[in-house]
Amino acid sequence: MPEFRMPSLGADMESGRLLEWLVSPGDAVHRGDVVAVVDTDKAAIEVECFDDGVVSALLVQPGEKVPVGTALAAIGAPAPPAITEPGTITEPGASPGPAAAPLPSVDAVPGQRLATLPVPAVMPAPPAVTPLAPQGVSPLVRRLARQRGVDLTAVAAAVPGQVVHRADVERFCAAGPPARTSRVRASPLARRLAAASGVDLAGVPGTAEAGAVRAEDVYRALAGARPGPDASATGPALPAKRPSVPTAEPSTVPTAEPPTVPTAAAHAPSAAAQSHASGMRRAIAELVSRANREIPHYYVSTSIDMTAATQWLRARNRELDVSERIVPAALLLLCAARAAVAVPELNGHWVDGAFRPAATVDLGTVISLRGGGIMVPVIPDAANLTIDHVMAAVRDLVERARSGRLRASALTGASITVSNLGDQGVDAVFGVVYPPQVALVGFGAVRDRPWTVDGLLGVRPAVVASLAADHRASDGAVGARFLRHIDRLLQKPEEL
Amino acid sequence: MTTIEGVVGKTGDATQMTYREAIREAIREAMRRDDRVFLMGEDVGRYGGCYAVSMGLLEEFGPDRIRDTPLSESGFVGAGIGAALGGMRPIVEIMTVNFSLLALDQIMNNAATLLHMSGGQLAVPIVIRMTTGAGRQLAAQHSHSLEGWYAHIPGLKILAPATIDDARGMLWPALADPDPVLIFENGSLYTVEGPAPDPTATGDISHAAIRRPGRDLTIVTYGGTLSKALAAAEDLATHGVDAEVIDLRVLRPLDDATMVASVARTHRAVIVDEGWRSGSLAAEISARLVEQAFYDLDAPIERVCSAEVPIPYARHMEEAALPQVAGIVAASLRTVGTHA
Repeated sequence: MPEFRMPSLGADMESGRLLEWLVSPGDAVHRGDVVAVVDTDKAAIEVECFDDGVVSALLVQPGEKVPVGTALAAIGAPAPPAITEPGTITEPGASPGPAAAPLPSVDAVPGQRLATLPVPAVMPAPPAVTPLAPQGVSPLVRRLARQRGVDLTAVAAAVPGQVVHRADVERFCAAGPPARTSRVRASPLARRLAAASGVDLAGVPGTAEAGAVRAEDVYRALAGARPGPDASATGPALPAKRPSVPTAEPSTVPTAEPPTVPTAAAHAPSAAAQSHASGMRRAIAELVSRANREIPHYYVSTSIDMTAATQWLRARNRELDVSERIVPAALLLLCAARAAVAVPELNGHWVDGAFRPAATVDLGTVISLRGGGIMVPVIPDAANLTIDHVMAAVRDLVERARSGRLRASALTGASITVSNLGDQGVDAVFGVVYPPQVALVGFGAVRDRPWTVDGLLGVRPAVVASLAADHRASDGAVGARFLRHIDRLLQKPEEL
Repeated sequence: MTTIEGVVGKTGDATQMTYREAIREAIREAMRRDDRVFLMGEDVGRYGGCYAVSMGLLEEFGPDRIRDTPLSESGFVGAGIGAALGGMRPIVEIMTVNFSLLALDQIMNNAATLLHMSGGQLAVPIVIRMTTGAGRQLAAQHSHSLEGWYAHIPGLKILAPATIDDARGMLWPALADPDPVLIFENGSLYTVEGPAPDPTATGDISHAAIRRPGRDLTIVTYGGTLSKALAAAEDLATHGVDAEVIDLRVLRPLDDATMVASVARTHRAVIVDEGWRSGSLAAEISARLVEQAFYDLDAPIERVCSAEVPIPYARHMEEAALPQVAGIVAASLRTVGTHA
């Protein structure tokens, strides 16, 4: 009995991951049919079957990675061309049972090989297999039809020849009623908001003319999809009632580390978004693995009294338009940048076994993306900016990062990085240094804490500033000096 | 003289002024400040102007500076261009925009192009004023709004004062501009009365003005339809819709920044233009908003324009052909997705 094996799809291919089965046990297959999708190191590839027959068992589950040559499926002998009697047994040992139903589940015995499975060599009752689709339909075409929601018999009726090809389905879709495949009617603003917040417009009921989706509908969908009080406590991604576009919403946008947005759980992310996310995940994985492999980290932290800074911000913000208000995160960024000037041993790169100080403080700013993952855009020469400029830069970067419109230049060349998880409610951040940088500054939440002043216990707003640094480039005392400097700057914010 | 007093308005009340008086005051001020300034046009002298704008100026400044011309738009506009080239600062009045078509060759082929054709040597600092718009039962040869055509021409600056302040303030900077400036005065505005403008205020001929701030939609208009847009905004407020009203003021070059910034806040736009819809200024504005504010738009842009017919004489038909408050309200409600 033939086996369908993991093919070698390139001289250097040692193994492949099965992404998807296009056939089920009991399906008739023909030589040349595409039966599975395999992920190589390079791409997802549709692979063909080399035998005629009936799939009797799938031996490898989607997601499994197996060496080239591993049996993926067992294929029984081809069904006789015309079977009229359900009980006909053409080969000894074949199961006389009804159709493919009693086959043992492969899930239950993942490691088991074909030989030990009670597999029928012939599926005696093809009616269970074929009536769904016309004769001669390959699994690939069947899958395409399933994806497009097309009834194959309808396609077959429209096809002059006997065999339905992929192109026939495409043509049928193109000509057919647009109900399923038509583009969602939505305003440009609604599209932009949906993209930025990860909402699938197809699932949003539209209230504008002819059911078109407008901004309000997206806000409503977001509000409805918010899972519960826990998530809303971190701040909603977008206010529910007609705000003035994300850019002008200071409570959510300008923070360096925005809350992870409760994206609509009901709407499954599209395949493209998934692959993009996994690409980013891989990149992050590679970078932090290298960091932990190469960089001997040391960590220091300190609690900083934020009374002066908080008061100063409050007084300053009172005079500013809501859209221009400064958030504490911007102040912390600026202080970190200024401190990096005072402690240049932490501002630069470790290259070829030596520390190279950077001429300016190009401040990497970790930004969480709504769909998961992070980006680290750079604010160039941050130490020489005013607080207003830092705020504007942060606001701009957050918006661009979230909408995927960051310029490439904004993503490279940081000399030191800040990660602020304060608005996520954490006390302190102990991060991973991004090579070849040598320091990562972390900030937790600014919150009221018990604080002793002159032997008395009081309540003060405070923040934990931390530093993860490369021990090859500097020592703990340098890190301590850096944090002390941030503390000093925050006590006199008016001098910034 | 009773008729003249009736037209001239309440000259006794210094705190109030009509649009007509505001223009006259602006001309008078310019004549006094600069002796190169003179006024020329059909019936501007002895008759006091077809719309009585120049009433009394002949007596004050004499026939050398307030000049009656023959009925020859091409001739006297050309003469004005020549005077501007010769160092004067002419104000040329054309009775209505319909008649200006006779001078279109002078305006477009000479005034608008000479700076370019002379390699920057010959500026044409002429100001041409004319009446535009309908609403006074003057029928199809005196009622059209063709300022959008002129706004198509590079080399011209096109102004449309919609308020008494602008009528008073725009003339002097227009005369000071080294290039030809056309001022379109909507005929329905001459009798509008309001607080007398501050004569020392400096006029702005570069920017649009937000006449009424609002959150829910932007109504872009100019000239004679500004008051209708504002009335519509008040009506909309009773529907719970907060409309922002932008008065373009300058039709060329358009102040894109103000419009785009407004639409970025409101996400909806209604353009009100007394011109015909096809190939109109409203079309140009709509295109610019789509080009520059596409991702901020939450509804299709609406245009409220004149019906594409020659403006009728009969009052009820004329009213039906022109943009009206009810139409602006209906279009606005469509963009915000509610119904009256």
